[in-house]
Amino acid sequence: MEKAIQVKGLQKSFKDIEVLKGVDFEVEKGSIFALLGANGAGKTTIIKILATLLKFDSGTAVVNGFNVTLKPGNVRQSISLTGQFAAVDEILTGRENLIMIAKLRHLKNSRQVADDLLNRFGLTDAADRRVSTYSGGMRRKLDIAMSLIGKPKLIFLDEPTNGLDPEARIEVWKTVKELAGGGTTVFLTTQHLEEAEQLADRIAILHEGRIIVSGTLTELKKLFPPAKVEYVEKQPSLEEIFLAIIGTGAPTRQAVWGEKKEEK
Amino acid sequence: MEAIKKHFLNDMGVMLGRSMRHIFRSMDTIITVAITPIALMLLFVYVFGGAIQTGTDNYVNYLLPGILLIAIASGIAYTAYRLFMDMQSGIFERFHSMPIARSAALWGHVLTSLVSNAISVAVIILVALIMGFRSSAGVLSWLVVAGILVLFTLALTWIAAIAGLSAKSVDGAGAFSYPLIFLPFISSAFVPTETMPSVVRAFAENQPVTSIVESIRALLAGQPVGNDIWIALAWCLGILIVAYLFAMRAYKRKAA
Repeated sequence: MEKAIQVKGLQKSFKDIEVLKGVDFEVEKGSIFALLGANGAGKTTIIKILATLLKFDSGTAVVNGFNVTLKPGNVRQSISLTGQFAAVDEILTGRENLIMIAKLRHLKNSRQVADDLLNRFGLTDAADRRVSTYSGGMRRKLDIAMSLIGKPKLIFLDEPTNGLDPEARIEVWKTVKELAGGGTTVFLTTQHLEEAEQLADRIAILHEGRIIVSGTLTELKKLFPPAKVEYVEKQPSLEEIFLAIIGTGAPTRQAVWGEKKEEK
Repeated sequence: MEAIKKHFLNDMGVMLGRSMRHIFRSMDTIITVAITPIALMLLFVYVFGGAIQTGTDNYVNYLLPGILLIAIASGIAYTAYRLFMDMQSGIFERFHSMPIARSAALWGHVLTSLVSNAISVAVIILVALIMGFRSSAGVLSWLVVAGILVLFTLALTWIAAIAGLSAKSVDGAGAFSYPLIFLPFISSAFVPTETMPSVVRAFAENQPVTSIVESIRALLAGQPVGNDIWIALAWCLGILIVAYLFAMRAYKRKAA
């Protein structure tokens, strides 16, 4: 299978601090790849390197077949970055933000592209409001929508659900699944194990500058002692209570992820 | 790469459109860059002006060049602010990870500074005309005045870029402009330097603003400009080049 990302022996230091000490991994085209790690593990550093924003000290990084160091222009053509903090223009409206990016991607029908995305992300009603009035979830949705313009083959999502309420988080998860369903490769970072478990085809754990484990969820589970059967009374979590109470439109996790679980 | 070069102007245009929207949607910016200089002009002409002896009977004519410089100096503070906010918010990272010329994001701010300052200068000249400003200058003189103002704006804009790119806080990004706004007061912009104490006078006569003000004033009055214009141009170009080099260094460091 073709690779969307190939990273070998990636090293990066900031002054005296060695952040990446030789990172190796590969991401299959069209898959969802989750990079898991604690705060400060170097997840964002990896994303910035792959998105051509940061130089590295040694190793190689190839994105969509283009070497990041030698062909940064081609890499930028084929990717989109959704950074850790929503990179949206607060003073512009949602529609203006989308049109701006469409114009920068040199699309002819920027207005139509914007309308389609507003519709797809349920932002049509808020389209002509300034982004400064948006909620965190709406901002993130707009942020992701902006990343989809120009149909990049690979999308980087740096902690996409950080700071979102449970409802918005489920929305983002749904979007990510749809993206991958449409053939886009998704590379995401997260600190939440659950997020990786729900979304990712493959998971890699970054710890102290190296990938210490990588594989499918099933493979990772095999690394640990076999499951034991224990009787535990299952109280509903506060999240489940919250979603059940407000729950009219919000899909439950089961409804969203049921399909995926069956595949496995 | 060819495609990126081809689109450079288009991309800068998009960036310009974006920050012009920022300006017109910010009451604060409009008040600072146009209304405050106009208020200052009204204050000096109708309150202090009667008591100021400049040797001309039309004080608006005397005052206008200095007011224009103050307007530009307060205008470029917002360039620093907008640049700083872009660096903070992560939108620069988005632009930099897109297939556009990297410098388009920075040059967009420079272009915005030129356009927005040109607008506020035009508005102020219009108000000055209503207040009795008259000029016997011909087209060529006006073009020279415009040229000096563009150079002055560019020089200050690149200083603003250094501040915007290297500041640690919003306040820091704007603070550098206060001395720049204050500089015209210690020059021949409002009063002739002859009445100042010798130390102040020496400073006033040898700092950039005085030569720029004197050149513009002479050009607008249709008088010979003498050496002032060369000193003014040397100051503007000198500051422009040094500030540009430092700003580019700061930019490369941030966007490695």
